[in-house]
Parts: sequence; C-alpha cells; structure tokens
Amino acid sequence: MSYAAGEADHNDHHHHAPSGITRWLFTTNHKDIGSLYLWFSFTMFLVGGAMAMVIRAELFQPGLQLVDPHFFNQMTTVHGLIMVFGAVMPAFTGLANWMIPMMIGAPDMALPRMNNWSFWILPFAFAILLGSLFMEGGGPAFGWTFYAPLSTTYSSDSTALFVFSVHIMGISSIMGAINVIVTIMNMRAPDMTYMKMPLFVWSWFITAFLLIAVMPVLAGAVTMVLTDKYFGTSFFDAAGGGDPVMFQHIFWFFGHPEVYIMILPAFGIVSAIIPAFSRKPLFGYASMVYATGAIAGLSFLVWAHHMFTTGMPVAAELFFMYCTMLISVPTGVKVFNWVATMWRGALSFETPMLFALAFVILFTIGGFSGLMLAITPVDFQYHDTYFVVAHFHYVLVTGAIFSIMAAAYYWLPKWTGHMYNETLGRWHFWLSLISVNVLFFPMHFAGLAGMPRRIPDYSLQFADINQIVSIGGFAFGLTQLLFLYIVIKCVRGGEKAEAKPWDGAEGLEWTVPSPAPYHTFETPPEVK
Amino acid sequence: MRTRLITTLSASIPFAASAQSQFNLTQGVTEVSNRVYDLHMTIFYICCVIGLVVFGAMFWSIVRHRKSKGRKPSTFHENIQVEIVWTIVPFLILIGMAIPATSTLIAMEDVSESDVTVLVTGSQWKWHYKYFDSDVEYFSLLATRQDQINNKLEKGENYLLEVDRPLVIPTGQKVRFLITSDDVIHSWWVPAFAIKKDANPGFINETWTRVDEPGIYRGQCAELCGKDHGFMPVVVIAKEPAEFEKWLAEQEQQQREAKQREQELLSMEMSKDELMDLGEKIYLGNCAACHQANGQGVPGVFPSLKGTDMVMNDIQGHIDIVVNGKSGTAMQAFANQLSMSELAAVITYERNAWGNDTGDLIQAADINEFMNE
Repeated sequence: MSYAAGEADHNDHHHHAPSGITRWLFTTNHKDIGSLYLWFSFTMFLVGGAMAMVIRAELFQPGLQLVDPHFFNQMTTVHGLIMVFGAVMPAFTGLANWMIPMMIGAPDMALPRMNNWSFWILPFAFAILLGSLFMEGGGPAFGWTFYAPLSTTYSSDSTALFVFSVHIMGISSIMGAINVIVTIMNMRAPDMTYMKMPLFVWSWFITAFLLIAVMPVLAGAVTMVLTDKYFGTSFFDAAGGGDPVMFQHIFWFFGHPEVYIMILPAFGIVSAIIPAFSRKPLFGYASMVYATGAIAGLSFLVWAHHMFTTGMPVAAELFFMYCTMLISVPTGVKVFNWVATMWRGALSFETPMLFALAFVILFTIGGFSGLMLAITPVDFQYHDTYFVVAHFHYVLVTGAIFSIMAAAYYWLPKWTGHMYNETLGRWHFWLSLISVNVLFFPMHFAGLAGMPRRIPDYSLQFADINQIVSIGGFAFGLTQLLFLYIVIKCVRGGEKAEAKPWDGAEGLEWTVPSPAPYHTFETPPEVK
Repeated sequence: MRTRLITTLSASIPFAASAQSQFNLTQGVTEVSNRVYDLHMTIFYICCVIGLVVFGAMFWSIVRHRKSKGRKPSTFHENIQVEIVWTIVPFLILIGMAIPATSTLIAMEDVSESDVTVLVTGSQWKWHYKYFDSDVEYFSLLATRQDQINNKLEKGENYLLEVDRPLVIPTGQKVRFLITSDDVIHSWWVPAFAIKKDANPGFINETWTRVDEPGIYRGQCAELCGKDHGFMPVVVIAKEPAEFEKWLAEQEQQQREAKQREQELLSMEMSKDELMDLGEKIYLGNCAACHQANGQGVPGVFPSLKGTDMVMNDIQGHIDIVVNGKSGTAMQAFANQLSMSELAAVITYERNAWGNDTGDLIQAADINEFMNE
C-alpha cells in the first residue's frame, strides 16, 4: 500500500480548532474523540482497579478485616461493571476512532456529531453508577451479572440508578458501533476493498455488528429488572408466572457475544503487531477474517454454557456443550496463524511485540481453561469458583487489556510524534507479566480446590493461595501507574518519531507524518 | 503412547495428580465424581500437550528467528493444506473429548429409581432439609462463631465449613435431592459428590448421589445470594444404612417430643431474664446477620430495630412480621423456623434490648393466640 496525497494534508489553515475545554467538549474530530475515549478508559481502569485492591486487601487473610460483606459485594459488582463497560470497551472504541479512519484512508468517522455525543454521555453514565455507591443502602451489590431476584426484590434502591447508567452505556455503545459500520462501509479509500482492510478494521467491523445485536438485549434485561422492582411486573418472579432463570437466558444472550466484543478487536491489534515485528506478512489473512466471522456467529449459540447448573434438560446441556467446544476451532486457527506468522520471520522485541506475544500465550491459557469449562459434567465442579475467575481474567486482563497496552505502545509514536521510553516500556511489560501471573494463575488452584467466587471470607485451606494472589494484585495495580508515567512522558516529549517508526509495519496510518496531522486523508490515498 | 505421555506428565506435575490435593479438583467419593475427575484430568493433559506444541513452536521462533541474529525474513503467508490440517485435527480432538463427556453427563442426569429423597431449600442464608416419607425436617445454619469471623477468637479447623445440624444420608443408596429456594437463587454444592445445582425460587431442580464411603463431606453455597453468601456452608454426613435408619427414627422421636413440649410451654410463663437470655441467643443466630448485633441494621438495606415505631409501640405488627415475614423483602417468615417460645423470646428481646426498654414481655401463649386468630 502506498500513499500519494501527502501535500493535500497540509491545508489545515481553514480550520480553527477551538482551544481549551471547548475543544474537547465540542470536538467532532475522530482523533480528539479517540483520545478522550482512551483517557476516560484509563481513568476507569484505575477506578475499577482501586476496587480490585479493596477486594484483594480484604481477601489477604481469612476473617473480616477491612470491609463488611455488603460493601464487599458492591466492590465486586462495580469493579466488574467498570472494567467491562468503562475500561475495556471504551478503550477499544477509542482505538477504533483513532485508527479506523487512518487505516482505511478516510478523513474522519462518518457521523462525527454522533461520535461526540456517544463519548460525552459516558462520563454521566459512570458518574451515576459511582454516585450510587454513596446512597443509603449502598450501590449495586448483586454481581455485574445482576441475577434476578437478587437484583429486583432483594436489592437496594440504588438499582434504579444502576439501570439508567447501563442504559446510557448501551446507547453510547450502539452509537459507536453504528459509526464504525457506516464509516467502514462508506468511507474506504477507492481500491480499499473489503479483503484489503487491515484485520483491526475487520475485527471491529464484526464487533460492531455484535454490539448492535446484543446491546438492545441488555437494555431489555435491565428494563425488566426495573419494572419488576418498581412497577409490579413479574418477568422474573415465579409467584407472578415469571421465571428467574429466564433472566439468565436473556442476560447471557447479551453476555456471551459481549465477551467476544471484548476480544475480537484484540485479535485485530495482535494481527497488526506480530507481522510488524516479525517483518513478515500475516499468515492466512483470509482465514483470519473467516475465523473472526465464525467466532462471532457461534457466539450467539453458546450463551447457556454459563448456566449449566440451573437445571436445563440434558439435550440443551449437550447442545450448548458441543457448540462451545466448537468455538475452539476458529480460535485455534487464529493462534496457529500468529505462530506461523512468526515462523522464519526476523523477530525483534520492542514493547508492543512483548505485549502481543504475552497476549498469544496467556490468552491461549485462558482458552484452555475455557475449553475445560465447556465440558458440562466438569463445569458442575468449576462453575462459580475461582477457576472461572482465573479463566475470565486470563482472557480479559492478559487478553484484552494486554492487547490494549500493546496497541498503545505501537501507535503512541503516531499519536504523539514522540517515541516512548523503550527501557521503561520493557520494565512495565516484565513487571506486569510477572505480577499478573502471580495474581491470576494461583486462582486456578483455589477454584479447583473448592473456593467459591464472590465471597468476602474463606476457609483456612485457601489462606496461602489468597495471600500470594493479593500480593500479585497489589504489584500489578502499582505497575500500571508506571504505564501512566510512560504515556505522560511520551505525550510531553521524547525522541522525535518518524512517519513510520517500525520498519516492518504495514498500513496507511504509517504514510502520514507523526504526530498525525489534525486532519488526514482529506484527499483519499491511493491503495495498491 | 498416550498412556506413557500421561504418566510422564503426571510425574512432572505432582500436585496435579494427587487426590486430596490443595491445588486440584477432588476425586470425590462417588462413581460419578470419579468419572468427573478423570474427565477433568484427561482434558487438562490434552490441553498441556497442545500447549507444548504451540508454545514450543512459538519459543523456537523467538529463540531462532531473531532479527538480532541477522536473519532475513521469509515471505510465505499462505498454505491451504496446513490450514485445513489445523482446522480438522482440533475438530477430531474435540470429538474425542465429547464422547466421554456426553456419557458422563447422561449418567449424572439420571435421577430415576432413588431410595431416599431429600428436599433441600435455600434461603438467606441457611439451608433447610426435609426427608420425604418421614416427618423429619430442620434448618442447617453456619456454626462458626462471629468472634472467629471478626478475628477475636482463633479460627477452628473447619472455619466457615461447619453447621449446627448437618444433612445425614445413607451410604450405598441412591439419594435424590430436590432443590429449591424461598427467596433468591442459591446453589447447593458438595465437591466430593460432584453435585452443584441451583436452588431457584418457585422451581424445583433434581439431582442425585450414591456415596460409598461413610464420612463428613463439606461444601458451600455457590451462587451469589446477598450479603452472607460466603457464610452458608453445606455439611453432609454419610452413615451406614442401619445407622441412618436409627438416626432418622431418633429425629422423628425428638421432633414429636419437641412439639409436645411446646404445647406444654404454652401454659407456662417465662421470666424476663429467661426470655432475654433465650431471645439474645436466637437473635444472634437468626436476626443479627441483617439487623446487626446492635439492632441498628444497615441503612437502606436492613431496617433498624432500635427505637423504631413498630418495636416501641406496635406489638401485634411486630409479632406479625416475625411470624409471617414481609413478602417482597428479605424478611423471612420465622413461624416454621422457631418454636413459639423462641419467637416469644426473640420478640421480647428486641423490645427490650439496645435501650428500647419497653418492658413488654411476650409469652409463647401470645404467639399461639396470634397464630390461631
């Protein structure tokens, strides 16, 4: 691919961007909005992380030390909600905003005003959610999965705030997804055919369809919780003809595609970084696209594997077990393709590559435990234990979040015009890698030995494991402050970055100068 | 070949192979739990082998195919044959896993022809057991003392895994469990039997076990069920059938006598000290989880009992809410959980503790009168 419209870029003069706070409030620029999303996401990552620190501090020793069980439940609930909806999803949306237009040769997102709005409602959603913690009776304490009737009849009055904040998050996500789809379908540079799009664009394209399909389902679920609690309906109450298990079907019909919403863009990022630092084209581009599509399709057929213990008929258990096992085939294809991309390349190990390699290994470990969890008879033992906690933190922290870190290091030179400090970046990587495994790997053992999840206190045989896990947790949490320092340092200055700082990198984003000008590709580039 | 591989692996990962490990799934004490354990280990080893191959290839690349060693990258990026192979081979491995998984699952879900049936009912935060074909039923509550939880006393060996009245089942017989809930969703879990089944309010789930070894087996509630989710353990004692029958007969006898005694107590007046002593004990065991030991509750979640209108003035309302509960809230009906004298004592206690000092004494006869109205 090449870029042949360099001169057209420098006609910024007709644009007078407002400065100060109004620049950010009224901006319709995809790069500004991308930055807003990324900073917001990192803020939420620290807030949700602080709650994880409270959880790990309480679990450092058996017995109740710091918080009472009701507050503990609020911490696990809000930690989950914030990390899913406030940290991981906005980070990917921020990356989409920054990178998709630059990757497909578009001047901006297709719907820039909606783009502004879909970001600016998010801080309100999270202000409402966090504010509910200070209400009488506390914030949501029913787990991020808010199973009825614990979230209806038996919840505190902050539930209404929870419902409205989830509604706002959902509206934001749907608008973001529409924007991505419209942009990709209409604003690709001439000759940027679908099968020439970078995999990050492909994976986000598919993710956006998943979002549009399932966020309304989540909205339906929270609305039914609201009416069951306040308006006398009985969707989830057997006494009125409803069924509490129906809540779980509806929730997980959203929840399982949601899991892929949080990992498909990660696949796209890793598929950009591994070829760049292997100096070799991605192996099996077409099969990567098809595998992503297959994973997305299957994600609608596996939701009840979260519900094997609810008492489903055997036939349903078998169906969901087989479909779930099947997901490992396209996922395996992706992992094999990454390894084949590295095979006989010329590898170097800058920070983005280190995070991408850790992603491949640790996400695969999360995939293995996922395969074990798919096996229904054994899932009866694993379900709702720390084994599950270990599993989804491997795919979400060392999966999704490691990919976001990799993306940040990979594109920071393009965003800021400066190279980040490579030595500090490597320190950040190695400290994160070690501490995250001290944090999450022993959780597998705790779960297998029988420790349930979401408990504020535990029996004595789990004392040692929990102490190790907590130490890993504190170390991982502190290490992320180093990341903040590295990013701020890079924004403020550092070695000047070239247009293409990575010699093996491919794609239109590397054809524009670093930092990327406020407006790029006002004239579409030529794509070979 | 596979056997040898597995043996080698188990030797290299000793913790994974031992039965009573602190780090691995229990093998359990039933045929089903053993099959589940074997399935778990088989899939674990398959994952290990796949991991060795994939990560092995990756590390080979990382070590050998480095730019710093002056390598020139190849340019290949496609190979249809290889792609077909690594789609089909995993698929075949999956079929190999699915076959034993399916047969184990079908065996686990066969609840027919049971010898004994027990109804298990979860509520916030205790279990209730009722034996079919017998009058025996009782609640099973956490027996660990609050002072141990609050680090004021040293924690015992079975900290948080001990109850006042365990479930008792016979060995060698097929015991069927019907599982339901009175309020939110709970989940009844005994790892040694490989049983975990949700207790859904308004619906009944079925599961079963056949335990060969007499012994004490411990588990916990596995579904988040509110504040004290972490404090509702399950303890099951498996006894030889003869001993079980003897135990069951004793329980029937005791429960009959308790009912008789309660009738006799109706005509007796208890002194204030007696009522307050008994009341405090009942309160701490049944009420303090929500309303707190100091009676002040948790604002916005669990109402305070200190100086509130109902406790200070409304005796009938107070008896009503304790006896019948309040639907749509976590306040349970205690009529089936406590005897009349216990109900009288706990209401008396609430009306006189924490500076309430109403001076009201409630007797078992008052409760009886209320219930017969």
